[in-house]
Amino acid sequence: MKPRLKINRFWGMVLLAGCITLSMGTLAWSDSDDWGKSGNKYASEDGKADEGSWGRTTGVAVVTNKQYRNECSACHFAYQPGFLPERSWVKIMGSLDDHFGENAKLDEPTRASIENYLRGHAGDVLPNRFSRSFVRSIDADAAPLRISQTAFFHRKHREIPARMVKDNLKVRSFSNCAACHGGADQGSFDEHSVRIPDFGSWED
Amino acid sequence: MKHLWLIPMLLLAASAQASEAVVQAQITQYKQQGSGAADPTRGMAKWNEQHMQAKIGKMVSCSSCHGNDLTQAGEHLRTGKRIDPMAPSVNPDRLSDPAKIEKWFGRNCEWTLGRDCTAQEKADFLAFIQSK
Repeated sequence: MKPRLKINRFWGMVLLAGCITLSMGTLAWSDSDDWGKSGNKYASEDGKADEGSWGRTTGVAVVTNKQYRNECSACHFAYQPGFLPERSWVKIMGSLDDHFGENAKLDEPTRASIENYLRGHAGDVLPNRFSRSFVRSIDADAAPLRISQTAFFHRKHREIPARMVKDNLKVRSFSNCAACHGGADQGSFDEHSVRIPDFGSWED
Repeated sequence: MKHLWLIPMLLLAASAQASEAVVQAQITQYKQQGSGAADPTRGMAKWNEQHMQAKIGKMVSCSSCHGNDLTQAGEHLRTGKRIDPMAPSVNPDRLSDPAKIEKWFGRNCEWTLGRDCTAQEKADFLAFIQSK
């Protein structure tokens, strides 16, 4: 009788372990931010988000405008226009002489042309799921100038301690997207490809 | 084959000349606006001159972002973004486009000195950068 009981207990433990493993697996799976992973699906070459496909994604339309890239990324990352609504871009492009404390003035034809590009590709203009997450997190009467001020950005980054960003000399600020998001320039902000300089990958 | 090393040297010489012509044209233009001769030494002194930047409450100079050694890359004071070297000898793109020169004088003089640069200052800066 006794050995039999032992064997039953053994298989019972195996079964239990199996159940736990499986349930943990599902947990991790459902916790993943990018199921139905599309990666660069929305970052199509011509800069137009694939209309009609609204799967969950961490991709945003890439920057296609040379003028915008040249003029703006001389000083900072060329933020994809899809991260802010049209009204934010209008405000930013209307106050270039005090651009976050710096003078970033452009001659009028260049300024107007870049504003036109940004407005035409803004988060509330092009249909892109990831962009909409940002735009929806902004109050209707607000026009934030910083992507890092939006509630969605905050939600996605709030667990990251200051020592990894602000106090990290290789990052310095949340405005420095490409310091940690290796695919940022290609419009890919997948959590699994995050590498924080001196700290490595980040998974929450 | 023995003289292959000449190729990069010649390319370097050609690129140095490209910025040379642009700089000369700019300096001539500044003279018409009332500047005297362009002086690289005065340009260097200005480059390192400290000014109070009210918006960030710090003393700043050109070297705050571009560094003291113009053959090395600089780093944007606020964003940390790399700024390619200013010296035409290592970065042939520099001083090759008059519109770009004026655009950055316009932005950076105001931020650093708190006002537009005079024609004399621009001439000195160009002479200094060109000499590197």
